[in-house]
Amino acid sequence: MPRPAPRPKPKIDHPFRLFARLMKFVLKRYGIAYLIVFIGIVGSVLANTQGTMFMQTLIDDYITPMIGKKNPDFTPLLYAIARVAGFYGLGVLSTFLYNKVLIYISQGTIRDMRDNLFSHMQDLPIRYFDTHSHGDIMSVYTNDIDTLRQMISQSIPQLVNSAVTIINVLIFMIILNIPLTILTLIMVGITTLVTKKFAGFSSRYFLSQQKDLGRVNGFIEEMLSGQKVVKVFTHEKENIEAFNELNDRLFDSAYHANCYANYLGPVNAQIGNLSYVLCAMAGGLLALTGFGGFTLGKLASFLTFNKSFNMPISQVSMQLNSIIMALAGCERIFALLDEEPEADNGYVTLVNAKEENGVLTETPERTGLWAWKHVHQADKSVDYVRLTGDVVFDDVDFGYDPDKIVLHNVDLYATPGQKIAFVGSTGAGKTTITNLINRFYDIQDGKIRYDGININKIKKADLRHSLGIVLQDTHLFTATVMDNIRYGKLDASDEEVYAAARLANADGFIRQLPNGYQTILTRDGGNLSQGQRQLIAIARAAIADPPVLILDEATSSIDTRTERIVQNGMDKLMAGRTTFVIAHRLSTVRNSDCIIVLEQGRVIERGNHDHLISLKGRYYQLYTGNPAQT
Amino acid sequence: MLKTLGAQIKEYKTASILTPIFMLMEVAMETLIPLLMASIIDDGVNKGDTAHIYIVGGWMIVAAILSLTAGCLGANFGAKAAMGLGKNLRKGMFENIQNYSFANIDKFSTAGLVTRMTTDVTNIQNAYQMILRMCMRAPASLICAMVMSFFISARLASIYLIAVILLGGCLFFIVRRAMNYFQQAFVKYDDLNESVQENVSAIRVVKAYVRGDYEKTRFKKASQNIYNMLFRAENVVVWNAPLMQFTVYTCILLISWLGAKMIVGSSLETGDLMALLTYCMNILMNLMMLSMVFVMISMSIASGKRICEVLNEESTLKNPPQPDYEIADGSIRFDHVTFRYSASSENPVLDDICLSIASGETVGIIGGTGSSKSTLVNLISRLYDADEGTVYVGGKDVRTYDLDTLRNQVSVVLQNNVLFSGTILENLRWGDANATEEECIEACRLACADEFIQGFPKKYETYIEQGGTNVSGGQKQRLCIARALLKKPKILILDDSTSAVDTATDAKIRKAFREAIPGTTKLIIAQRISSVMDADHILVMHDGKINGYGRHNELLITNEIYRDVFESQTQGGGDFDEGGAVHA
Repeated sequence: MPRPAPRPKPKIDHPFRLFARLMKFVLKRYGIAYLIVFIGIVGSVLANTQGTMFMQTLIDDYITPMIGKKNPDFTPLLYAIARVAGFYGLGVLSTFLYNKVLIYISQGTIRDMRDNLFSHMQDLPIRYFDTHSHGDIMSVYTNDIDTLRQMISQSIPQLVNSAVTIINVLIFMIILNIPLTILTLIMVGITTLVTKKFAGFSSRYFLSQQKDLGRVNGFIEEMLSGQKVVKVFTHEKENIEAFNELNDRLFDSAYHANCYANYLGPVNAQIGNLSYVLCAMAGGLLALTGFGGFTLGKLASFLTFNKSFNMPISQVSMQLNSIIMALAGCERIFALLDEEPEADNGYVTLVNAKEENGVLTETPERTGLWAWKHVHQADKSVDYVRLTGDVVFDDVDFGYDPDKIVLHNVDLYATPGQKIAFVGSTGAGKTTITNLINRFYDIQDGKIRYDGININKIKKADLRHSLGIVLQDTHLFTATVMDNIRYGKLDASDEEVYAAARLANADGFIRQLPNGYQTILTRDGGNLSQGQRQLIAIARAAIADPPVLILDEATSSIDTRTERIVQNGMDKLMAGRTTFVIAHRLSTVRNSDCIIVLEQGRVIERGNHDHLISLKGRYYQLYTGNPAQT
Repeated sequence: MLKTLGAQIKEYKTASILTPIFMLMEVAMETLIPLLMASIIDDGVNKGDTAHIYIVGGWMIVAAILSLTAGCLGANFGAKAAMGLGKNLRKGMFENIQNYSFANIDKFSTAGLVTRMTTDVTNIQNAYQMILRMCMRAPASLICAMVMSFFISARLASIYLIAVILLGGCLFFIVRRAMNYFQQAFVKYDDLNESVQENVSAIRVVKAYVRGDYEKTRFKKASQNIYNMLFRAENVVVWNAPLMQFTVYTCILLISWLGAKMIVGSSLETGDLMALLTYCMNILMNLMMLSMVFVMISMSIASGKRICEVLNEESTLKNPPQPDYEIADGSIRFDHVTFRYSASSENPVLDDICLSIASGETVGIIGGTGSSKSTLVNLISRLYDADEGTVYVGGKDVRTYDLDTLRNQVSVVLQNNVLFSGTILENLRWGDANATEEECIEACRLACADEFIQGFPKKYETYIEQGGTNVSGGQKQRLCIARALLKKPKILILDDSTSAVDTATDAKIRKAFREAIPGTTKLIIAQRISSVMDADHILVMHDGKINGYGRHNELLITNEIYRDVFESQTQGGGDFDEGGAVHA
């Protein structure tokens, strides 16, 4: 579970524009529902105030006149109470109604937002994931979505409720008595001032609390991840001392921050009480003198209003605050939604084909024979080119950052079925080249052709369908082994899955798992060894049966014996396919049809093993460990 | 659980006791106010006594001020007690974790421990503050208001009593039911977030297989599922507000009707009626508050349990009562040692190991993954204790030594090694806090780290980021070796510590060891044959057993596994990495 990261105080450039955008999102889907909520809130508040007003009538019109009467007639009172009961009934009903509709809105909005986020994220280019930390992306799904839900389901409706209540109560208070209303307003002014003062103190300490909390959490995280090293170096005492110092500092700021925040409650309540007392006294005197027709019943109603006026006022600032917090989250959500999706202007598609008399034609059924369907832009004529796996790089330049070219003038060609190995030191550009073939990144200059077609013209999805890829970090999903292998070909039968697993040498160990092919892999395949995970990834590539394969061989993280099994699986997979392999194994390199030696983004040598050895250059140096002789 | 957590209150006991007391005082004063108000109406306004209005009004202000004072003091002590508990919980856990053995650490994952020390502590700390301030205040306020109401009119107040019981029952039912649903939904919610995480980190796989649409459909289904669950949960909670309103309104109407009759019948006064209506809100609001406290407490129970697990975990390794502080030499002996990671597992990880290594020897250890190479060496510095048999260092059972002494003399460079944020020099001094800069540089020379450190602009003052992310894997390994060397140990263990270092440098480091620290016993675990083949002895591990022990040339003839590995690395299966392949 990701920890809530300490956040700097949110600062938003255009809060209103952001808010408007969010409301547009909500109202477009739930406009009528939100209107119902609004009406429900107004109804609920009105019923409440009506009830309070009734207190005046109760005392002035019914109780006081009846006091001292011999045979008081309670029938009019009963009618009056019945009428108020009617109002109340409507109030309860609207409260129930708007709360119910709110669930539908808030949960629905959150679901839609989540779905939008995810589906948009899937369309973003790899570059986005390179430049944004996974923690930040995740925090949008967890923290930001959650504050958004709170804002839609709580802050906004409560704010509306408070606003309606304030206006409503104010009107009734004015009707009841103007001087007392002014007195109440003055007290409200004082409350606001005091609140502001305390909030200022509190937020200063809260900021330092956040900072201290960040430090403590950082220390905990760092030291606990290195706990075994701490033990080995018997560094426990120093650790405890350092921790205690940070922890004490956190206590100090947390104590002060909470203290001031806590003060707000009693201070507000007592200013409210003071206001109540003053009104009671002043009102009592007014009622006594009968000044301006003020009665005991009016005082009763007014005092109730006075109480119900203070609460929404102190709530408004709280709600505004949480809305601002939520807007900061909203900004991040929209920022993700505003990211430019991966562009795809390709129009050449991959189709099943059959060959009759040397002519390729398109066919709906799976034939095992694939062709590129090329609809020419100019005259709409259609060409079919057989998919063979012929790849050519022609003078390719590339940089992750357009200003910093990391691959220079790369030329290479692979004829169908050839095995091309890339070797070179870390950072020479091996992985980069393979990322260009499947268009994870687009090149700056030059051309890449696939079966003679510029890959920019091929639809990305179809291009990637024709390429198999086994990465060095094997990512498996939380699902059964069966599902993980089937990921390569969703409509594969069980038999096909078994066959692919056998090809990858994975069948044996899979059958020994507790539930065989139905064993659920957890947390990135954590219950399997590194080698076993690689075997499943190979099976996943095998089932897709692509004509071109990109392999990133594992470095020495697995032991030699397992490695041989993996190697064997890879070899079987490579047979008969055009393969680009980022090689770390001598055997792979030696058995390649062509070895490309890369250095700082340039191809410096190329040829087969014997040829390169005879050159006595960089390859010779890499292979033998002896210095180059040229 | 309560006992364990309660024990951590310690110096904040006074604050913890004072908080509810002040909260009670605040409540008592607050409850007086409506009663005094009734007196203003009945004895002041209705009787035309202006002086009485002033006097009682004055008392009301006094009550408000007292209430304010008590409230603020309660706020202060509450914050102190709760934040103090949080501090002590963090402290207690951290100190206990420092005492954990490797076996304890393995039991909890790092992420699990971090969550317990951060999120869980925050939950408990907030819940504690809530309990101290509200758990007393809400019921007290409720009871006070109830008592006052009975004081005014027992007949009318009995309506409240019934309302409280009915509403309380309903709230309890709603909250319990909703909590149940919410907890189910949250589990699913975590699953969903985990699958997003999975997708983000595996985005290349998703894109390579063009599974974007497939993932979208899957996500949508899971998302809808959670929507349904949360919808159901919220649908239970939705009854809260209208139910509360319904109760309040019913009470108001009943009191108005009956109260009116009683006033007319002269058994109640108008002011009393007003006070009763104020108490009505008071009572039911507090009931609502109680249900919230209930929710908060039940939410934090899980956190409390998780914290207690850490606090109550006892280290599986203890220092002997009269420890030995002297280690004679670097000899090592395993005498019929058997080891299991957990008592319940059937197959031992190490099975009846007998082995003797002389002081100053260099021993290479080789074997496949899962052959228990690391486990074997971890027993030497007593990172784990053997289940059966004994491990001897310097001729004595390792369990007789002082743990710190043993671990300082047996220096291990772990497989998953970590550098900490701080300068290179600070990191090196983990090995020896008092090492001079010259000593540090010397250790780095031996570990072939000096050559690249000198290339950094700030040399030994270069700041290492958390987790050592700003140095390469090979550089990190060499720094870790230098750090271990600074301990000047009698036994040095390298657990696959040069895997990211190129073969030439690897050889250089081993040569430096031979020349500079000949007296130190060196154990080297490696995947590469070249890293071990010049050792005095080579140990071949397989399935937790010793499969072969001897010199390179002997093992090539007698040991099948060794020969197999050797051949695969030299004849076509070896590394083709930076800096040179095997060139035997």
